[in-house]
Amino acid sequence: MATGVCAFRRLAFLSTKHRGFLNVSTKHRSCIFTRHSSGWNYLPQSPPEELGEATKMNLFQAVTNALDISLAADPTTIIFGEDVAFGGVFRCTVGLAEKYGKERVFNTPLCEQGIVGFGIGAASAGATAVAEIQFADYIFPAFDQIINEAAKFRYRSGNIFDCGKLTIRAPWGAVGHGALYHSQSPEAFFAHIPGIKVVIPRGPIQAKGLLLSCIRDQNPCIFFEPKILYRSALEQVPIKDYTLPLSEAEVLVEGNDVTLVAWGTQVHVLREVVNLAQEKLGVSCELIDLQTILPWDIDTVAKSVTKTGRLLVAHEAPLTSGFAAEIASTIQTECFLNLEAPIQRVCGWDTPFPHIFEPFYLPDKWRCLDAIKKMINY
Amino acid sequence: MAVRNTFYQFHGFSRKILVSGSNRSRIMSACRYKTTDAQDHKYNPKSLIEGTHSLVDDDKPHFPGSWKSRYVDKLELIKPELHEGIPTYRVLNWDGDIVNPKEELKLGKDLILKMYKSMVKLHSMDDVMFNSQRQGRLSFYMTANGEEAIHIGSAAALDNEDEVYGQYREQGVLMWRGYTLDEFVDLCLGNEYGHGRGRTNPTLYGSKELHYITLSAPLSTEMPQAAGYAYALKRSGSKNCVVCFFGDGAASEGDAHAGFNFASTLEVPVIYICRNNGYAISTHSYEQYHGDGIAARASGYGICAIRVDGNDMLAVYNAIKAARDIALSESRPVIVEAMTYRLGHHSTSDDPTTYRTDEEAAYWGRHHPIDRCRKFITKKGWWSDEEEKTWYKETRQMIINSMDRAEKKLLPNPHEIFTDVYDELPERLKQQSESLQRHLKEYKDEYPDLTKFHME
Repeated sequence: MATGVCAFRRLAFLSTKHRGFLNVSTKHRSCIFTRHSSGWNYLPQSPPEELGEATKMNLFQAVTNALDISLAADPTTIIFGEDVAFGGVFRCTVGLAEKYGKERVFNTPLCEQGIVGFGIGAASAGATAVAEIQFADYIFPAFDQIINEAAKFRYRSGNIFDCGKLTIRAPWGAVGHGALYHSQSPEAFFAHIPGIKVVIPRGPIQAKGLLLSCIRDQNPCIFFEPKILYRSALEQVPIKDYTLPLSEAEVLVEGNDVTLVAWGTQVHVLREVVNLAQEKLGVSCELIDLQTILPWDIDTVAKSVTKTGRLLVAHEAPLTSGFAAEIASTIQTECFLNLEAPIQRVCGWDTPFPHIFEPFYLPDKWRCLDAIKKMINY
Repeated sequence: MAVRNTFYQFHGFSRKILVSGSNRSRIMSACRYKTTDAQDHKYNPKSLIEGTHSLVDDDKPHFPGSWKSRYVDKLELIKPELHEGIPTYRVLNWDGDIVNPKEELKLGKDLILKMYKSMVKLHSMDDVMFNSQRQGRLSFYMTANGEEAIHIGSAAALDNEDEVYGQYREQGVLMWRGYTLDEFVDLCLGNEYGHGRGRTNPTLYGSKELHYITLSAPLSTEMPQAAGYAYALKRSGSKNCVVCFFGDGAASEGDAHAGFNFASTLEVPVIYICRNNGYAISTHSYEQYHGDGIAARASGYGICAIRVDGNDMLAVYNAIKAARDIALSESRPVIVEAMTYRLGHHSTSDDPTTYRTDEEAAYWGRHHPIDRCRKFITKKGWWSDEEEKTWYKETRQMIINSMDRAEKKLLPNPHEIFTDVYDELPERLKQQSESLQRHLKEYKDEYPDLTKFHME
């Protein structure tokens, strides 16, 4: 795993300046750049005015800011995981160990089941515990602790104990060249577990507000951070301490013909699909960012589909039993008589995440547009 | 020069099983969490272990990965089977006599008698509950037959506010702290008075007041949690430690390794108590590991350890007391491996006659920890056969009364299925609960057992 991470870190810092580092031909260089950008651009959002003064932050800086605020506001807060002390492999914890001390921001041994188990124990003792898993792909050794312990801690004890002060953060999703073990989106596994919350932000403003909500929520939360957005998502983020509500989806674009639902990176792909659908098909789309996967905001999605009659859900994770399946099944029950066409799910194929084939694996804007065409022509 | 001295302290340190405070505190001053020194607040990985990362050209190994080694030019593989096993500490022999004439009893008559009577009460509760399961009054139970000395010996040596993480066979610790027989039975029967609110299995107890974290069925999951709890305790300036029980089988799980390693590297006050009772259901310890038990693993993690005769209540008490002192004064984990024998079934779903001989069970039956202690206190003149008979009868009646009371209590309303999944009831669960209530109302004749539940 260490080799993979090192190689990955070199690639993660790839920019126009560093292309020569890989000694690739011009033809290949443009391929890598296209793959890396996955065919969409990040559209910076404006910060809500009521949140006051803002400054430019990318997603990892927004995360650092949220963690800094938590460490300052709550003296019990501890942040731990592999490599967090020097700043983290994605720079999310830069400066925090220096500022708050090694007792509060510290490295743990390389052991995800230990990291999460340790976090559950600290949280049950009343400490605000923020655990970092280096990649969502490596969260699985901690699966037993998350599912059998964290999710059930309050319930099985009759509410005399809980580990609600636990938050687990992990980099998530496709990054352009991550392949099988640096690209996974495992939210569907955790969506099936009553007792935890699963949250995925689409950009820096949401990352900071939702992460602070997760840290302060009295239930164990998993916070997946779209790693491709760490650097590329840059916008004005409010500097004050603010939270955004969990279990509330956000309607980003209003429309009448089709409801589009996604979370994390895919929201930006669908944003371009909204424009394409209008341009090429004359179709007006309503775009919803789900934000919280569990417990998810059924009402917002149902209200939208009642209006439009058509639903498209897109995610990078494989199709079968991906979270789109849950949304499709629930909306089919809630909105059966309002549906004009079968619900479309545009997802990763039912395969492990491939390396060189990433552009064909991902649910890109053309596959999504094609799905909209099918629904319109049904 | 000062750098070298710290280095050699490590050498001297490693040869002892139990280390004196002064050596450890010298090393502690070089370790991470000395918060009085402002310099330490700066993150500087190079100074992680002062004195052991010297870059001197002195023909000694200064690898970052090992700090206690020396060079040799003779190739020799270390074969653990050629080394002696870790010795087993005891106070009493099987006849209840103190072995070491110089041994001073660290506890007085009153405490010893209280501990003995607790062991008998525990044994009686287990016996009645086991038989209740066989009679169909209870779905499941696990006895601690043969391990009573570990429960009571350790519980008495701890502070009542030391947080306990159990595995599943430590009910005596709860009993010592004051969990009533009614509370034990209410939880096992799942009635509305039980702490589990009807949700959890029999024997998976918990108590906030008694500092006993609610148990779960997966094994060893409590071990890294204990390290985390202890970390938070240490940060809060608490005078208490964490105690974490686990069995010889659970010690094979990955979480056990995680727990040991985290507790050691993060320098937290946890006492890891292994109830090595020789079996994990039907699996003999020799199929569980080929090393010298669990105590031998400790040095691999930099943890100090002791192996004790778990059937000797006084030895267990002494060992836990010593372990606790070290854990708190030096802020480090200790592993106590209490050797014993699981005289009873693994659980009421088990039949040990299918995997072990009557001869073996009879042998250990002759060396029961309760008998050994009784011989000791009888010889001391503190206990008589008459008092034994009376107390035995009394404890059995106590638990029978508790069972009778518990069986008359209602089971919780099915709405409890949905509460406490989250801190607040989410909308979807509210709807599911209402859906179930409607269903039970409409089809109540098909659910005759509903009368046992507290329906509004």
